[in-house]
Amino acid sequence: MSFEELRDFIVDTFGTEVILEAKADNLQPYLLLQTERLPEVCLELHDNPLTYFDFLSCVTGIDNGPEAGTMEVAYNLYSIPHHHHLTLKVQVPRNNTPEQSIPDVPTVSHIWRTVDWHEREIFDLLGIYFKDHPDMRRILCAADWEGHPLRKDYKLQDYYHGIKVPFDQHNILNGFKGEPISFTNKADNEFGDKREKPE
Amino acid sequence: MDKTGEGGVVITKLDDLLNWARLTSLFPMGFGLACCAIEMMGAYSSGYDMDRFGIIPRASPRQSDVMIVAGTVTFKMADRIRRLYEQMPEPRYVVSMGSCSNCGGPYWEHGYHVVKGVDRIIPVDVYVPGCPPRPEALIGGFLKLQEIIRKETIRAPRAVQQIMAKRAQQGQPVADADKAPEIHS
Repeated sequence: MSFEELRDFIVDTFGTEVILEAKADNLQPYLLLQTERLPEVCLELHDNPLTYFDFLSCVTGIDNGPEAGTMEVAYNLYSIPHHHHLTLKVQVPRNNTPEQSIPDVPTVSHIWRTVDWHEREIFDLLGIYFKDHPDMRRILCAADWEGHPLRKDYKLQDYYHGIKVPFDQHNILNGFKGEPISFTNKADNEFGDKREKPE
Repeated sequence: MDKTGEGGVVITKLDDLLNWARLTSLFPMGFGLACCAIEMMGAYSSGYDMDRFGIIPRASPRQSDVMIVAGTVTFKMADRIRRLYEQMPEPRYVVSMGSCSNCGGPYWEHGYHVVKGVDRIIPVDVYVPGCPPRPEALIGGFLKLQEIIRKETIRAPRAVQQIMAKRAQQGQPVADADKAPEIHS
């Protein structure tokens, strides 16, 4: 199925309002879906023998930055028997407010088990919470790490378990803790021998 | 060293005997963190054969004398490295191998996950530069470490000195804090 056929298939099955935007004139055409209806569309695309997207190649989280105020999740679907592709996207507000610190996206990990760790990685690095995910923990950073490092406005924490995190001219401020001068000083005996020698 | 030629008696100083024993049987802890570990394994293997310096990897920190920090130290690994170092018996030494563990390497500015130098966690004796260092460079680092050990004396044990210096730094009472010499590790 081509991109247009897949778009028409989704429109026929779920109605026109489920697709917020269909972009076909770029190298990788994509459909922007309503966030809350993503799981049912994915389930149909996975189960229907016409589409049969049995393989989710990649899930990508994108931070559009504080000015745009949005984040995206892109799903690259592939059907091994039909050999056709589809890219789906959802867009959510960044939600950096005190009431709701990170945005929600419904999980699709019950459809493709491979998404489990992808979604955990997006949660870890970008801070998008996947609702109904079976195990929404950090996957790469330490469990008690602060913040989500791939956000555009990420600031390093100063200390982690008593270890200074930023570089901050470390050696200049703390003194170079290298080898003593006697080891770089050639005048010093290269193979120092403390043994008393006969005159 | 004197040889009498009659009884086959060898006379030496206890200092020299201990230092000789230590520097010719440096057992590193067998662990690697990143690509530097591949070069470290190459240095162990028959091509470079660090065994000829008495350098044989040991499987446990309790049996090790030296820790080769070979690779990128992440914050997740930092606590483990500190614990492994604390499990090693004195006298213990640390060789920081490669740019990552020296100063953060290519991750020094934007690598949120990398400790900018393993010397922020544990004291380092020898820094081996390179990305990754060739096995010759690691062997050179061990020769430097041997020189450090050769100059040690049991009259000024390093472990005690470090504890004294640390206590003096924290403002705790030390018997002869003024005499505690500058440590460079």
